Amino acid sequence: MAALRAGKTNNEADQPSSPVLRFGSDKPLKLDAGTLLSPFQIAYQTYGTLNDARSNAILVCHALTGDQHVANTNPVTGKPGWWEVLIGPGRIIDTNRFFVICSNVIGGCLGSTGPASTNPATGKPYGLDLPVITIRDMVRAQQMLIDHFGIEKLFCVLGGSMGGMQVLEWASSYPERVFSALPIATGARHSSQNIAFHEVGRQAVMADPDWHGGKYFEHGKRPEKGLAVARMAAHITYLSEAALHRKFGRNLQDRDHLTFGFDADFQIESYLRHQGMTFVDRFDANSYLYMTRSMDYFDLAADHGGRLADAFAGTKTRFCLVSFTSDWLFPTEESRSIVHALNAAGASVSFVEIETDRGHDAFLLDEPELFAAINGFIGSAARARGLSA
Amino acid sequence: MSVNGSQRVDLEVVANLIPPQSRVLDVGSGDGSLLELLQDTKQVDGRGLELSQRGVNECVARGLSVIQGDADKDLEFYPDKGFDFVVLSQTLQATRNPKLVLDELLRIGNRAIVSFPNFGHWRVRLSLFVKGRMPVTQDLPYSWYDTPNIHFCTIRDFVNLCEELGATVEKATALDAAGQKIGLSMPWWFWNFFGQQAVFLLKR
Repeated sequence: MAALRAGKTNNEADQPSSPVLRFGSDKPLKLDAGTLLSPFQIAYQTYGTLNDARSNAILVCHALTGDQHVANTNPVTGKPGWWEVLIGPGRIIDTNRFFVICSNVIGGCLGSTGPASTNPATGKPYGLDLPVITIRDMVRAQQMLIDHFGIEKLFCVLGGSMGGMQVLEWASSYPERVFSALPIATGARHSSQNIAFHEVGRQAVMADPDWHGGKYFEHGKRPEKGLAVARMAAHITYLSEAALHRKFGRNLQDRDHLTFGFDADFQIESYLRHQGMTFVDRFDANSYLYMTRSMDYFDLAADHGGRLADAFAGTKTRFCLVSFTSDWLFPTEESRSIVHALNAAGASVSFVEIETDRGHDAFLLDEPELFAAINGFIGSAARARGLSA
Repeated sequence: MSVNGSQRVDLEVVANLIPPQSRVLDVGSGDGSLLELLQDTKQVDGRGLELSQRGVNECVARGLSVIQGDADKDLEFYPDKGFDFVVLSQTLQATRNPKLVLDELLRIGNRAIVSFPNFGHWRVRLSLFVKGRMPVTQDLPYSWYDTPNIHFCTIRDFVNLCEELGATVEKATALDAAGQKIGLSMPWWFWNFFGQQAVFLLKR
């Protein structure tokens, strides 16, 4: 069973069930690690139609364990796209009006080159032979995808969490190509606490004997237990104490009394185990190491002499930032420091903090105030861009 | 952060001071009425800073460029002369440090527009003089213990503060209780007595 699932994920890595753009040795990807990645590929999805002026394109950047299937049924899980509540025909981001692009990030495991992809030099999966990927590397690759579509300037780049980091990187590295930017529940750098949580997750993966130094595919194994534990720990950080208590309290799972053992007595335990188990069915363990590392390394101010405002000097991009009151992974203060930097850079910026007890994951959920803010921001940006309703 | 109970008759007076296509920062932008008015009639590049999160979220949902922030704390992040006009309407009396806020407005904007309720208005004086109690009027509906207006001033007080900060008064308008402009030819004491609100255009 494990081997079967392993095989399935591996196929998505090389031969994704979405369009894929392959770059040969003439177009290598320059990596921050100091090497070139070549050949490489980007798996992506698009929705809607690019207009003649090529001015209605929206790039959606996915989070840590997301993928390009933002608004279609996921081929691995069979579940709806991860942001279908927001994106689709007649939705807030209306695909009858906008051309929406979402690509799997470099280092991912759903079809863009990552550690589960076959290394052409060896015929085996890259594993840890893939250089460490940064947020800027991901954005550099996305920019090559946007070039492929002949799009000079994206109407909007948006995303939450790690996706929000990519949005900030886009706005900083390619300001002339971003008309509006919508970074949600994110930060300009990963905090020490966040790096700490990621390290716990990575250690869980690497402590699993089935990890085999990253060469588990060659052993016909996958470090499912380690990856599941990593996901369980991370999942707690995506919620809030209030939401956990509201949903689960101290309720017992399918039993009337404590068992005086270590089975999942509590509903919250059962819930987390389920989250861990379903995650390993859809995600590659090495890719999890690479994704978490990319966020840890992100520090936009450090890339600009320690002054965040300099990352946005002279920008003409319209910004809207969103944070959530109960998000303790990327608390409001993280967004506020970006807002202050944008103010200092003289940028056009809106900033909304949304009251919710649903924690970091609120950005993926049906949050009416979030949708109202996105709708208002996109609407006014579209008028400024001369896009008809 | 609109902390005045009356209709905002000062908004049009403020709007008339701003030429089309200006870059405007509205400090204490409230529900966004002024920004919307300026965007619709003057095509300004407008930004807002507003204390109440609810006000901010409503503004952004209406497509206005507004952030949550505090005039007392967050003005320091704006660059020198980043705006043609910085507007502070009906908010000065609610700030903790009006002098510092006014100083920041003059730093950030080429010009500052400040409107405020005049505590020297005859109704206010009468209330204190006759009743011996802190005035509660239609315009200033709060009791002393729950008012957000912690730093009231009169028109004369404000003029003195401007002098202290080295600001030039380029234009000043007083509005009477009916929201009508008081004639320019009238002396300061007359404004200070009959003006219910004042709007100042300042430069430094």
